[in-house]
Amino acid sequence: MTDQPKPNTPRLTGSVNDPRMRRRYRAERRFHAYCITAVLIALAIIVAFFTDIISQGYTAFWHHEVQVTLDYNERSERIGRFAMDSELREVASRGATRSVPRAIDRNPDLLGTTETTWVPVKGDIDQYFKFDRALSDSLKEKVDRLLAEGEIRNAFNWRFFTTGDSKLPELAGIFSAAVGTMYVLGITLLFAFPVGVMSAVYLEEFAPDNKLTQTIEVNINNLAAVPSIIFGLLGLALFINFFGVPRSSALAGGLTLGLMTLPIIIISTRAALRAVPDPIRLGAFAMGCSRWQVVRDHVLPASLPGILTGTIIGLAQAMGETAPLIIIGMIAYIPEAPTGIFQSATVLPAQIYTWASEPEGAYIEKTAAGIMVLLAVLLTLNAAAVLLRRKFERRW
Amino acid sequence: MGVGETTLLLLAGLIPLGYAGFYLGRRKALTTVADGVRMHSRPQQYGWYSVVAMGIPAIGVAMAASLLNLLGWITLPAELVLLMSLVTAAAGLGFGLKAVRPSLRARNTLDNIIRWLLLGAALISIMTTIAIVLSIIFEAMRFFREVSVWEFITGTVWSPGNSFLEAAGRGGEVAEGEGAVFGSVPLFAGTFMVTAIAMVVALPIGLLSAIFMSEYASPKIRGIAKPMLEVLAGIPTVVYGFFAAITVTPVIVDIAGFFGLDASYSNILSPGIVMGIMIIPFISSLSDDVINSIPQSLREGAFALGTTRSETIRSVVVPAALPGVISAFLLGVSRALGETMIVVMAAGVRPNLTWNPLEDMTTVTVNIVMALTGDQSFDSPQTLSAFALGLVLFIVTLTLNIISTILVRRFKQEYD
Amino acid sequence: MYSDAATQTTATTESETTMQAENEPEMSRQSHAPEQDVKVKAEDVSLWYGQTQALYNVNLDIHARKVTALIGPSGCGKSSFLRCINRMNDLIPSVHIEGRITLEGEDIYDPSVDVVQLRSHVGMVFQKPNPFPKSIYENIAYAPRLHGTVNSRRGLDELVENSLKRAGLWREVADRLHTPGTELSGGQQQRLCIARAIAVNPEVILMDEPASALDPLATATIEELIDELKDRYTIVIVTHNLQQAARVANYTAFFHMGEIIEFNDTDTLFTNPREQKTEDYITGRYG
Repeated sequence: MTDQPKPNTPRLTGSVNDPRMRRRYRAERRFHAYCITAVLIALAIIVAFFTDIISQGYTAFWHHEVQVTLDYNERSERIGRFAMDSELREVASRGATRSVPRAIDRNPDLLGTTETTWVPVKGDIDQYFKFDRALSDSLKEKVDRLLAEGEIRNAFNWRFFTTGDSKLPELAGIFSAAVGTMYVLGITLLFAFPVGVMSAVYLEEFAPDNKLTQTIEVNINNLAAVPSIIFGLLGLALFINFFGVPRSSALAGGLTLGLMTLPIIIISTRAALRAVPDPIRLGAFAMGCSRWQVVRDHVLPASLPGILTGTIIGLAQAMGETAPLIIIGMIAYIPEAPTGIFQSATVLPAQIYTWASEPEGAYIEKTAAGIMVLLAVLLTLNAAAVLLRRKFERRW
Repeated sequence: MGVGETTLLLLAGLIPLGYAGFYLGRRKALTTVADGVRMHSRPQQYGWYSVVAMGIPAIGVAMAASLLNLLGWITLPAELVLLMSLVTAAAGLGFGLKAVRPSLRARNTLDNIIRWLLLGAALISIMTTIAIVLSIIFEAMRFFREVSVWEFITGTVWSPGNSFLEAAGRGGEVAEGEGAVFGSVPLFAGTFMVTAIAMVVALPIGLLSAIFMSEYASPKIRGIAKPMLEVLAGIPTVVYGFFAAITVTPVIVDIAGFFGLDASYSNILSPGIVMGIMIIPFISSLSDDVINSIPQSLREGAFALGTTRSETIRSVVVPAALPGVISAFLLGVSRALGETMIVVMAAGVRPNLTWNPLEDMTTVTVNIVMALTGDQSFDSPQTLSAFALGLVLFIVTLTLNIISTILVRRFKQEYD
Repeated sequence: MYSDAATQTTATTESETTMQAENEPEMSRQSHAPEQDVKVKAEDVSLWYGQTQALYNVNLDIHARKVTALIGPSGCGKSSFLRCINRMNDLIPSVHIEGRITLEGEDIYDPSVDVVQLRSHVGMVFQKPNPFPKSIYENIAYAPRLHGTVNSRRGLDELVENSLKRAGLWREVADRLHTPGTELSGGQQQRLCIARAIAVNPEVILMDEPASALDPLATATIEELIDELKDRYTIVIVTHNLQQAARVANYTAFFHMGEIIEFNDTDTLFTNPREQKTEDYITGRYG
C-alpha cells in the first residue's frame, strides 16, 4: 500500500487531466447513452407500430358507394340479380341484390315497387379508387365517369360496424365478431369472477398455513404462466370432447378463457385483499363478527376497487386471446351474429386472424381497421382500470 | 332435452323452492322467538339454513348423475335426472324446515358451508392443472401408441403424411405412398430459433430500459416511460402477428435483397424480432422491480468509494439483481416458447432444420394449430401429434417457470 | 480566524481551540484553530430538504489526524452535515446547500470539482454495514482497481492485506479471502467496510454511527480501531452514544435543531459545558 501523499495534481479537480478518469467518464457517458438509446428504440417501435396500423386501416372506414335502383318484380323475385340493371351490375357489389328474393318473400307488397339506394361498389373497384388497383380500361372509364357524375360517392363505412363477415370484402364487417366477443367475455366473466374472488378470499382470509394452501398457491402461479395454447388443448379435450359442448360455440370459448383468466383474477384480488390493513379486520372481530361477516361486510367492500381493476385487466387480456379459441374451432366463417351461447361464434381477434389469412388484398385494410377497433377498446379498458385504481386508491 | 334446457329447468325449479324455504324457515324461527324462546342463531340464518338444506343435496344429485352420464357408467335420460333433483330438493326442504329449532346452530353450519364453498373454488385451480395434465397426457398417450417416443424426440423429419399436407393445401409435396413420420427436432429447432432471436432483441432493450428507468430517470420521466412500455404489453398477439407478416417481413426481404441475400416471405427472423418486441415489457418491468428493491445502502457504499454511476450499476447493482434478472429472462423465454399467433401468421409451415434465419422454418406451436385445424379425424396420429407436442411444451415451460420462481424467492430472502 | 479570547482552554498537545467569552454564546459555536491543522472547514453551511431547512449556518473546523465527534438528539442534522463533506447529499435531488466546505483550502462544492475524485479523498462508513455481494477480497480491491492506484495482482494482494490488517480483520479472514463478504458477522462486516474505505487511501474518513447496529463486543472493537486509525486519518464520527464520544473523540461538536450549539475538545465539553442546552443533553434531560 502506498503511504505517499496523493500526487501533486490539483486534488479535487485534476481529473480532467487524468487519462484514467477521462476513460472512466467516457465509459459512464457511453453507458448512459446505451440506456437512453434502449428506451428511445422502444419508443420508436411503438410509434412505428401505431403509424403502420393506422395508416393501413383508416382507409377501411370510408368506402365508395354507387346509387342504384332496385326493381322488385317477378324476375327479381326468382333471381335477385335482375333487380338491378346490367350496367350497374358490373359496378355494384353482388351482395346488393342477394337479399332481394327473401325481402320480396317476406313482404309481398314490395312487388312492383322500386327502391333507390346507395350500395357499396365491388371490392376491386373500391381498391382501385383507394389504391389505384388495376382494372380493365372500360371499367375504369365507367366508374370514373360515374364518380364525376355523382353516381358514385365516398361515404363513411358504417357497414363495417353493422355487418358480419362476408366472402365479399366490400361487405365485410365486425358485427358478428363483436357480438361473439361479448358473449364469450360474458361467460368468461360469469365463470372467472365469482370463482376467482372466492378462491382469493379463501386463500387470503380463511386458509390455514398448511401444505394444501401452499400447493394451491404454487399452482395458481404456475397456471398464470402456462402458454395460452395449452388452455386451448385443455378446452378441446375437456369441454368439447368430454362434456360435449358444441365446438366453436361461445360457451366453449368462454369456459376456456375463463380458466385462463382465473389465475389473473385470483392474484390481483389477493393483492387487493392484502392491502386492506389488519386493524380493520381486528376491529370487526372484536365486535363479534364471524370470519365470513368480517370479510363480507368489511374487507370486501374496502378492496372492491382493486378487485375490479384486476378483473378489468384480466378481461382485457382475455379479449385479445386468439390461440386457444382457434384450437377449439372459433375460426369458422361466421357471417351472422350468434343468438345464443351454444351457436357457432367468432371473436374479434379471431376475425382479424381469418381476414389476415385471406389472399384477397382488399381484406388487408379491413384487418388493420379491425385491429384499430380492438386496440381502441383495449386501450379504453386499460385506461378505465388505471382511472379506477387512481380514483379509489385509499391511503391507509 | 339438451343440457342447456335441463339446467334452466332445474334452476327454474330450485329458485322458487329456495325462496319458499327461506321464507318458511325464517318464519318458523320468528314465531319461535316471538314465543319468548331464545334461539342460537338469527331467524334470517335459519331461513338460509333451509335453503341450503334444499339446494345442496339437489345440486349434488344433479351433478353426480350428469357426471356418471358423461363417464358412460350409467345412462339416464335428462328428464329423469331433473326429476330426481327436484324430488331431492323437496325432501331436503322438508328435513331442513323440520330441523329448525332453538338448539340448531344454524350460523355455524352456514359458516362451515361458506368455508367449504370457498375452498371448493380455490380447488378449481388445482383441478384445472390436473385436468390439463391428464387430458394432454391421455391424448398424447394415444399418439405414442402409434409413434415411438424415441422417434418423436430425435427424429429429424416431420412429415405427418399426405392427407394432412393436402388439407393445408400443399398435397403435392410428399410423394405418394410415403408414410407419416413424426420427428420433432426441426419443430423444436424452429421454436428455439424464434426464441433466441426474440431474446436477443428483448434482453438488451428490456434490461437497459429498466436500468435507465430505475437509475437514471427522474421520477417524471419514469412516470412517462413505464406506462409507455406497458403499452407494448397490452397489444394482442394476433396484432403483432399481422404487423410481422404485413410490415416486418417485406422490410426484411428488401434489406436482405439489398445485401444480395435471399429471404423467404415466411422467414423466421421476422416473427423472432416481433416476438422480441412483445417480450420487452416483461423483461423491463420485472427487472425494474428487482433493481428498485436493491437497498440504496449498497449503492451509497459504492458511491462513497468514488465510483461513477455506471460503475456502480455494472459491478454492484446488476450482480446483486442477477437472480431477479435471470428469473425475468427465463419467464421471457417461457413466453416465447409458447407463443402461437405471431408465428402462425408470419412463420412458415415447412419443417426445416437450418441455422439461417432468413429461411422459412416452422415451430412447435404452429404445428399444434395445424394439426388440430386440418380435416383429419380426431383420432388420427396427425391430430394427436398436437397433444404430444403440447405435452413437451407444457413440461418445458413449467420447468422454466418453477426455476424462475425459486430464483425470485431466493433473491427476496436476500433483500427483504 | 482568531477572536479576542478571554478564556483559553488548557491545551492537550499541539493545536488549541480558542473559545470566546461566556457572554458571547453564539461565538462559542465557532471553532478556531491554526490554519495548517484544519483539514476540513465548514463555513456558514445551510441545507434544505425541499422547503424544510435542516442546517442553519454551521461553522466547524475539523482537525487533521484527530477524531471529531458530532453528537446531538435525533433529527438534529448531524448526519445531514456529515454527508455534505463527501457530497453524498448530491444523490438526493431535493437537497439544496449554501455555504462553503473546504478540504485543505479547496472548496469541494466548486463546479469544477470532480465528485468521484473527492470521494477518493473522503471516505465513508455507514451505520448499517453494507458489504458488496462479492468476496472479501473483491470488496476491498474493487475501488482501488477502478481508481488505478494499484495495478498489479501482487500490489492488490498487498493492499488487501494491509487494509485488513489496519482494520483489525486480517487474522480472522486471512484464510477465506474469497468467500462472500456478506457471510461475516455484523462486527466483521463493519470492519470490512472500514478496510474497504481505507484501501482507497483517503485523508478523511466519515463514520455515520458506525457501531449502533453492532453488539457491545463488536462496538468495543470498532472503538479501538478508531483510536488506532486516527494516527493516519482524520476521522469525523456521528454518534448517538455519548459515552462512545467521550471514549474515542478528541473534539466534540454538539448539534441541536440544525445548529452547532457548542464545540470544544471532548473533555471540556463533557465536564464543563459552556451552554445550558449542552449540559441538558449530556446529563440526559432529553435524548
